[in-house]
Amino acid sequence: MERVPILKIGTTLFVSIQIDLQDESVVRLQEDLADELSLTGARGVIIDITAVEIVDSFIGRMLATIGSISRLFDAETVLVGMRPAVAITLTELGLSLRGVRTALNAEKGLALLNGSA
Amino acid sequence: MDVDSSQRRMAAYMRDHQDKVVSRWSELVAAGLRGRSSAAEVRRELDDLYALLLRAMSGTDEPAIGELRAALAELSGSRARNGFTPVETALGVFALKDAVYELVADTAELVPEYLAFSRMVDDLGLHTFETYAAAREQIIADQADAMLELSTPVIKLWEGVIAVPLVGTLDSARTQLVMERLLETLVATGAEHAVLDITGVPTVDTEVAQHLLKTVSAARLLGTECIVSGIRPQVAQTIVSLGIEFGDIATKATLADALAHALNRSGQRIEMQRPQQPGRG
Repeated sequence: MERVPILKIGTTLFVSIQIDLQDESVVRLQEDLADELSLTGARGVIIDITAVEIVDSFIGRMLATIGSISRLFDAETVLVGMRPAVAITLTELGLSLRGVRTALNAEKGLALLNGSA
Repeated sequence: MDVDSSQRRMAAYMRDHQDKVVSRWSELVAAGLRGRSSAAEVRRELDDLYALLLRAMSGTDEPAIGELRAALAELSGSRARNGFTPVETALGVFALKDAVYELVADTAELVPEYLAFSRMVDDLGLHTFETYAAAREQIIADQADAMLELSTPVIKLWEGVIAVPLVGTLDSARTQLVMERLLETLVATGAEHAVLDITGVPTVDTEVAQHLLKTVSAARLLGTECIVSGIRPQVAQTIVSLGIEFGDIATKATLADALAHALNRSGQRIEMQRPQQPGRG
């Protein structure tokens, strides 16, 4: 099973999704992220989905779940690098990801977290 | 008497009287077009058609019928593009019957030949009409495409602020195009604020509002805040009476207000420069 690495940069955890997500790897990622958050006390999570070309309701729900988990640890989630086609698909699916903040790229995502901290 | 032989006799008769028939035909057509096409031009077009027609009627020249139809299609297509009415276009063909009838009216033995010929011209006339309609349909389709292209520009208002002035009715096809353009521009420019200006949208109903909200939430997924501007008093009343909720989307009366709001959010300010007073350096 492929694992998604979680990188710690200062008080931010950086997750870049570059594999085709399967159920198991998603569950694993959520567990790993919860562990990391409790261990490091990070205040922000950046999820980079630049490499994700296809989304469905499953991935949409995963993103929302990660947002909820992070909030329990008082960390803010920022979703970065979404492609236009993906944004249109998510909107058509009726998933507007209300609990998650979004930014165009990783740089802006970091600025968003640092600005609000 | 079979059709082929009567057609051939008619062709021979018409070949003998070619100049007379074409002259009269051009006269009738030119009168119908009321000077929008010069007489010489009409004469040239009809000469070509007449020659093709004679070849088609002789019965020995198979490709001539196809060529004749193609020539007619081209002629009616150009008529359609130049704004001639369908009647004017079809009359151009039907006038040939009048021109020929004036000649054969006195010769009783040519009546069956004339009837066969008349049926053929009717057929060609209908063909003309059909291609005319097809050409017009094509023009309408092209114009619809051009309008779609024209009506969805994405413009940069300021560093980090882009605007989409929406003009015309917002249906799902338009929304799709606007959304794609907007998101592509957001990725390309990295803008953090987008203004959707609906000054040019005549009516806002629940469907249009739905389309707007979709566009806004797609832009939000890319980390861009949208501001809806250009809400006219009547539109505001409709929105309220229909119970449409814009939620936490900022709405402004004018594009200028929206720009000011976006600049304010991004921490920029526009200041009036103090005018220099004369004589004090």
